[in-house]
Amino acid sequence: MALLQISEPGQSPSPHQHKLAVGIDLGTTNSLVATVRSGMATVLQDAHGHALLPSVVRYLPNGQVTVGHDAQAQQSQDPTNTIVSVKRFMGRALEDITDRAHIPYKFVNRTQVAIETCAGVKNPIEISAEILRVLKERAEKALGGELVGAVITVPAYFDDAQRQATKDAAKLAGLHVLRLLNEPTAAAVAYGLDNAAEGTYAIYDLGGGTFDISILRLTKGVFEVLATSGDAALGGDDFDHRIYCWVLDQIRQNSESFNPLNEADTRLLLTKARQAKEWLTDNYEAQIVCRLSTGLLVDVTLNVAQFNELTQTLVNKTLSPTRKALRDAGLEATDIKGVVLVGGATRMPHVRHAVADFFQQEPLTNLDPDKVVALGAAIQANALVGNKRDEDLLLLDVTPLSLGIETMGGLTEKIIPRNSTLPVARAQEFTTYKDGQTAMSFHVVQGERELVSDNRSLARFDLRGIPPMPAGAARIRITFQVDADGLLSVSAREQTSGVEAHVMVKPSYGLSEAEIAHMLSSSYNAASADKEARALAEAKVEANGLISSIQSALQTDGDLLTDAEKQQINARITTLQASIHGASSDVIRADTDALNRATEAFAARRMDASVKRALAGKNLDSIEL
Amino acid sequence: MQNYFQLFQLPQQFDIDLTKLETSYRAIQTASHPDRYVTASDAEKLVAIQTATSANEAYKTLKNPALRAEYLLSQQGIIAIAETNTAMPADFLMQQMEWREAIEDAENAKDISALDRLLVTIRSESKALQQMLTKQFKRQMLSEATDTTRKLIFMEKVQADIRDVIEKLEG
Repeated sequence: MALLQISEPGQSPSPHQHKLAVGIDLGTTNSLVATVRSGMATVLQDAHGHALLPSVVRYLPNGQVTVGHDAQAQQSQDPTNTIVSVKRFMGRALEDITDRAHIPYKFVNRTQVAIETCAGVKNPIEISAEILRVLKERAEKALGGELVGAVITVPAYFDDAQRQATKDAAKLAGLHVLRLLNEPTAAAVAYGLDNAAEGTYAIYDLGGGTFDISILRLTKGVFEVLATSGDAALGGDDFDHRIYCWVLDQIRQNSESFNPLNEADTRLLLTKARQAKEWLTDNYEAQIVCRLSTGLLVDVTLNVAQFNELTQTLVNKTLSPTRKALRDAGLEATDIKGVVLVGGATRMPHVRHAVADFFQQEPLTNLDPDKVVALGAAIQANALVGNKRDEDLLLLDVTPLSLGIETMGGLTEKIIPRNSTLPVARAQEFTTYKDGQTAMSFHVVQGERELVSDNRSLARFDLRGIPPMPAGAARIRITFQVDADGLLSVSAREQTSGVEAHVMVKPSYGLSEAEIAHMLSSSYNAASADKEARALAEAKVEANGLISSIQSALQTDGDLLTDAEKQQINARITTLQASIHGASSDVIRADTDALNRATEAFAARRMDASVKRALAGKNLDSIEL
Repeated sequence: MQNYFQLFQLPQQFDIDLTKLETSYRAIQTASHPDRYVTASDAEKLVAIQTATSANEAYKTLKNPALRAEYLLSQQGIIAIAETNTAMPADFLMQQMEWREAIEDAENAKDISALDRLLVTIRSESKALQQMLTKQFKRQMLSEATDTTRKLIFMEKVQADIRDVIEKLEG
């Protein structure tokens, strides 16, 4: 009797079977996971029927970690070990957190923000990974299998350091990241596909901690971002904070001796402030009542007019990036066909009014602003893993901030301007300053300002071994490349000698590969034999995947190759098939690389053919019209 | 190696069909964007990112009239903005100085609407230059086309500077 076949986790036995992929909205306040099931994007719920997972992580002394509603319920009791809004700290240094006096954590001064908890010092990447781990488990339970991959959303205005940190957190949670997707773009996908929309739209996304505005043009399934802008440190949290400060003022006015709040009371008042803000969405006034640990009773009432006055500057702060995005897109507010609201903070009536006034039209709210990002991410994930090949969904996104290099006098030389469509590559030549100079230091920065010190520093690297030449004779070509995730890599090459240096911009705020590997292995608690077994299994999966994709390419496009070329590729396949039966992951990887290299010319010819077909198909369309 | 016009199947001339440019660009991106190759081999991923990157560069160049004219000249071996070649007609220099003064005045007076009006003026001047370029390229008047292109490029810079000032005033 033949044995039954079981496929590798995440791999389907037949190429056309549905692959398990999800979209994850890793939010400041709440996080969600969604997937496409039977052609419909759906948000996945936990065992209690909750779709939203509060982005709250609590560390317990016994090493346990709770995430979500349970952690949120304990935040006032255990403020120093319960981390909320960790997204605000992603990819940030301690000095970037300007309001840390009002945040009840014990910050540790490292290259990136870290927080001391009863379970040890935790960085934002580790804390975010806890949230992602819960969502991954939720999805795998609901879908009944291991995930092939996930699309994780980030604010469009996130810089390189923040994106890298998000990707690292996903890796740490054991997720394969298919793509980092900008939140407003995700929202546009969910909205646009749902409404068969065409034309130019604005996506106004005010989340818990970030504000994004994107201008997109929708044409037959192509979502083209024309411009994006925003504020990576402005969100619903700031509205809470204004209420909190107002309550403190009220207490000070009414009580003679008022001491600074302890951590538990700070968290308690912040929670009450958030509740008051939410209450004011549908009511005229909110009563804030609580007893502080000092015994002091707080009982104050805030009405809508007062709240609007307290927070009007915050609302106005969203309008200047909005104007900037429109100007970059070369459009007027009246050119916008519809405005889509995203993010829980857009529920506030005065925010809606401001947006309606600015664009001279009522914003669209027919999708739940809390869920629309996760739904869009799920649709994109489904398309990326190839569950829906025939559909013409294509996202063309842009760089939110200019990328450049430091030149003499601390000035920024822009290499890639903001709002460049991804993927993008740009090169520029520099030269030496002194006679006989053999090395050069490069400082990669992100931002719009002229002075390097006003922009974000991403990375520094050196090019060494330049042959001695008179000043100005060397030709050093710096190439910036930004991939479809919006992540930058930079290389430098001296043109006359060919000396090269290359850096993936792993900013000071990210984790090194070694750190991730270490964290992963310690979380698996794996012996080295287990690690090798895992590496072998992964190498085999990858090798088999490559062989089957090349074989199917040979079947459809074999006529692009000569017989000799075909034989060469087939020989490499045979070699790899043999090494798959062996026990060395290194050998499999080497043979996989060799097969990849052997198919480079084939890949290029297939691409040419596919571009020609696409152009011909388009021309056919226009004839039919 | 195809040039940008061949890539989008457009005739090599200044006056191009922008709708056709857009549809060709979308077709190429649909075939080559890295999103289509997430589960493909490394060799295919590499070709995809290279193809999509050059399509973006080509599209950006042909979409913008100043860059298109500059590129068209470069195809004929002419570098429009060379370090040795920055001479401008006196009347254009005067015009430039007037604009620069107007920007400075508006900046000092924090008058954003004056800057917006200036943008409109320059944009319509730029449209006129584009019409001139169409004729000059058609008649192969390359030396005249080079001068017009240079003006167009300078006007792009002025517009970018105005947008920067507006941003500064608003920020």
